[in-house]
This record gives sequence, C-alpha cells and structure tokens, in this order.
Amino acid sequence: MTTPDTNVIEVRNLTMMYGQLVIMQDLNFTIQRGEVFVIMGGSGSGKSTLLKHLIGLKKPAKGSILFDGEEFNIDDDAQRKGVLRRMGVLYQNGALWSGLTLAENVALPLEEFTSMDERSIAEVVSLKLSLVGLKGFEAFYPSAISGGMRKRAALARAIALDPEVLFFDEPSSGLDPISASRLDDLIVELQASFGTTIVVVTHDLASIFRIADRALFLDITEKTMTALGSPAELRDNPPSDEVHRFLTRSSEGLS
Amino acid sequence: MTSPLAELRYEDGSLVIVLAGDWALEHDTPRFEALVARNRSTPGTTRALTFDASSLGTWDSSLLIFLSQCQEYAEAQQLETDRSTLPEQLRRLLALSEAVPQRSTANDDTASQSSPIAERLGKAALGTWSRLQSSLTFTGEVALAIAQLPGGRVHMRWREFWVVVQSNSSGALPIVTLIALLVGVIIAFLGVVVLERFGAGYYSSYLVGFGMLREMGALMTGIIMAGRTGAGFAAELGSMKITEEIDAFVTLGISPVEHLVVPRMLGIFFMMPLLTLYADFVGIIGGMAVAVSLLDMSLAQFVGGLLTAVTLTDAVLGVFKGVIFGMIIGFAGCLKGLQTGSDAGAVGRAATSAVVLGITLIILANAVIDWLAALLKI
Repeated sequence: MTTPDTNVIEVRNLTMMYGQLVIMQDLNFTIQRGEVFVIMGGSGSGKSTLLKHLIGLKKPAKGSILFDGEEFNIDDDAQRKGVLRRMGVLYQNGALWSGLTLAENVALPLEEFTSMDERSIAEVVSLKLSLVGLKGFEAFYPSAISGGMRKRAALARAIALDPEVLFFDEPSSGLDPISASRLDDLIVELQASFGTTIVVVTHDLASIFRIADRALFLDITEKTMTALGSPAELRDNPPSDEVHRFLTRSSEGLS
Repeated sequence: MTSPLAELRYEDGSLVIVLAGDWALEHDTPRFEALVARNRSTPGTTRALTFDASSLGTWDSSLLIFLSQCQEYAEAQQLETDRSTLPEQLRRLLALSEAVPQRSTANDDTASQSSPIAERLGKAALGTWSRLQSSLTFTGEVALAIAQLPGGRVHMRWREFWVVVQSNSSGALPIVTLIALLVGVIIAFLGVVVLERFGAGYYSSYLVGFGMLREMGALMTGIIMAGRTGAGFAAELGSMKITEEIDAFVTLGISPVEHLVVPRMLGIFFMMPLLTLYADFVGIIGGMAVAVSLLDMSLAQFVGGLLTAVTLTDAVLGVFKGVIFGMIIGFAGCLKGLQTGSDAGAVGRAATSAVVLGITLIILANAVIDWLAALLKI
C-alpha cells in the first residue's frame, strides 16, 4: 500500500529494456522522504538507466513509478511538468548549458517557473552559487571553469527551485578525491539543512558509506535488484556474494 | 622451411598441442580449427587436452587467441584441459580473460545482421515509421510553439535568435557573395555561348535576370545555408544532446523546442529571404560583368534588357522560395540535432544527415514551387 507521507517515490515491478534487451526486471522499492538513497551496482548494470526512468526521461517497459502516490506518466505533459518541477537533477557531466553563464544557468529555471523580478532572481542566483562555493563566478561560462566547479554550478542550478527530490548521476565521476569528498559533504549538508530527499547513482564505495541511508544493489548477472538496506548492514550481512564483493571491493570468487 | 608454431599429437588418450617458436600478432599464426581439420585422425578415446610448451619462444596476444580457440574446442568436445605445462604468465592471462563470462548482449548486433531478410525489412519499416512519427511530432511541437509566440505563452530566448541572425547575416555574406557571383557569371557564360550562336546574345540579360531571381539565387543560397547553418544547428544541438544539456531542459520541465529550436528556426526564416535578395543582386552583377565584357553590349543595354524582361513577380517568387528554404534548413538542422545518438560519431552523422535532408528537401520544394508557378502562370 502506498503511504504518501513517507514514500516519495515508489517503484512497482519495473522492467527496463533497451530495444528488445531486458536490462533489469522486477524492481520493487520505495524511496522515503528525506533520506539519502543510493543506487549502486557494477558498470553497465543499469544504474543510470534506472535514474532516467525515475526522472521521466525513459518510459518503463513494464511496471510503474509513483511519485507521491501518483503514477508518473511521462506521456501526460501537464502531470510530467508538475512532477519535474519538484525534482532537481545533477547529471554526470554537469550538463550546464554551455551558451549561458553560470548565473544564467541558475536563473533559467527561476525565470521559467516563477514570477520573480530580475533583482530577486539575481539574489537567489547569488545565494545558490554561494551555497556551492561559487560566489563571484556568476559571469563565467561553463567552459572557463574546472570539472569540479562545473558540477557544483550544476548543483546550484539543480537546487534553484528548492526541489523536494534531488537526483545525482555519478556525482564523483571525473573528480579528484578532495573534490568528490566536497561534493559528498554538500549532498549531506543539503539533506540535513533542507530535508531534501536525495537519490544518488554511484559505484564509489567511499561515497556510498559516507552519504547513504539506504542503498539498492543492481546485480548485472541476475538482471534485478538483489539487496536493499543500509550500506553497513549490507556489508556485514551481504545477501549475495556479488554484494559482498562489491561492498568489500574484493575479486575473490571470480573464476 | 620454418618449423610450425603449433602441432597436434596424441598421447595416452590426450590431445597434446605442441607450441613452438615465436608468436607475434604481426606474423601469420595458426587457427586451432584449421589445425584440427588437418589432423583428421583424431582417436575416438581422447579425453583430455594438454600442452607441450617446451619449445615455445616469445609470445604475445596471438598465442592467447590461439589458446582461447583450444579452450572453445575442448569445451565443445567435452575434453578436460590441463594447462599446467603452460608458462605461468600465460595461465594467469587466460584465467583473467575467462574471469567474467561473456554477456549475452554482446552478440546482438551479429545476430541482427544474420537475421532473415523479412525480419530486417520489418525492422527497417518500423524504424522508418518511428522516424516519421518523431519528425511529425517535432513539426507539430515547433508549429505550436511558433503559433503561441505572439501571445507570450512561449518563452523564447531572444539572445539565441539574434546570434542566429548575426551568424546568418554578416557571417554568411562572404560565402554567399562568392557563390552567387560565380553562379551569375556561369549563367552569363551559358547565355553568351548558347544565345550567341543564334545571334541572340542580347538576351543574355534575360537569362541572367530570370535565372538568378527565379531559380539560382534562392537555390544556391539555400544549398549554401543548408551546408553551413543547417549542419551548424545539427552539430550544436547534437553536442548538447551528448552532454545531456537537452536532458537538463527536459528534466527541468523546460521545452527544448521553445528554447533552442524556435530561435534558430525564426532566425534562419527571417534571414534567408534577405540573403536570397542579396544573392540575386550579386549574381546579376556577375552576369552583367561577363555579358558586357564578352558581348557587344553596353551596361545600359544590359540593364534595359533586364528590366524589360524581368518583373517584380520573378523577384517575389525567388524571395518566397528563400522563405520556404529557410524553414527547411531550420527544420532539418534542428530535427537531426535533437535526434543525435550518444556515440562519438553521432554529431558528425547528425550534421551530415541534416545537410543531405536539407538539400534534398530544398530541391524537392523548388521543383514543387516551379510546378505550381507554371500551373498558376506566375
């Protein structure tokens, strides 16, 4: 039964396909309000594809995704926009609009969805950029800043509208350990300060143990989820060898 | 004669593969199936497969490939494989290559290539239908966005529009000037060579005027802009697709059509007629230069002939074609850009197909407009 007060997202019997090929099937899980939920698994296991389903970029081959108890139908434009308005997404490479400055990138969602005047928008932009440590970079174009800064700027854009749910696709990829750790700190801080529900796709163990309240494991060989729980629990009592190997970064058992 | 790199012999129910010499990828190395085929006298009691590497010299991946073929054969024949006589490094590399089983998806492409012709035709038909549907959806979205623009319900970024206008005005003038001038010159040469034979060289001005204003001005400008601007639109939007910038619009609930496509389409839509008029003018100048220099014709005679034969309708028809071609270039470039795939060559393919689609549609539209003009006696 759906409990809208605690579950923000509910995935029911989801099957993801690429053409005729089944990527993952029988996915059933919920994401609870205010938690940091990590989707983990090996390369090619379908983590990013699952994220694309959750944010409405892909349509489920079978099953359904409920957002606050209501089915997320990406063919219904009005409903889709309503749901998307409550989400923020940080893409793997930031996906900042290259033709716009950082300030314009953050301002665009505000211009689209609010009736704020220019001055108020500029204040919000300045606040969001300072939250991610980029105050003073308003006039920079994405091409003029480093990869880590681009990700932080993209995070500022993702939080521009104070979303209820924030999605991160491989936030630490391409970042040095210090930048990756800073981004993890930001994720934890956002969750603690705003109570934002955070969904992170990653295979970075350090990040998983640092930020996740609960984690879901996608098993590439079983083509379904094989574990759901807190990372520490899953490490101490792994439900399968694959989960054990993943969380302990061990290759034993490979033949 | 050099000794073979691999030989087979049978010993106590085992198939022994004797490896010798130096194995290198750049040299010819044996295939295990061929080796087995040459040794048809395989005893029926063979139960194991072993190796004799005592004469093996240096080796590289070519030997690993050969040993993998041996392993496949052993599995197919249900033979036990004993690798203990192989060098330690080889055994480790083989174990590493076998550590992760091949994914069932890896051969999907091969499977599709060898599928029956009816299946491939069906898939091609479905693919064409799907592309047609997405093209129609895209056309509808663009039409809707443009129709809603005057009411202020569409948030177009005017800066993008002005960038397109700038790029297709001063940015495009040098190439349009060069091509239009040359086309005018070519038409005039045609007139001089052909019409002079009939003593009608005077009518070269008619040919240049009609040719540039009704046909070549708009057509050549359309083709140039399809290659320049259409490909540019496709490459720009394709790059944005690959870097997930388009997805970022979608997941924010912002329409990429409104923000990216409409400014580009409107920009080229407004600039094409102006560029067509400019090309007409330059082409006529080029034709005039040839006619005046090669024929016994004065500047006044050329202009007089031109004004006698050519009407405002001819110029308007050319400009109308420019408007249509502008829409086609914007449509082809933006559609192919948004349909870009996600691999490294996708942007190049999108740009190429935008140019091909653009030029094909321009020539088709030109023929249709000419046919309609002839029907309506314009």
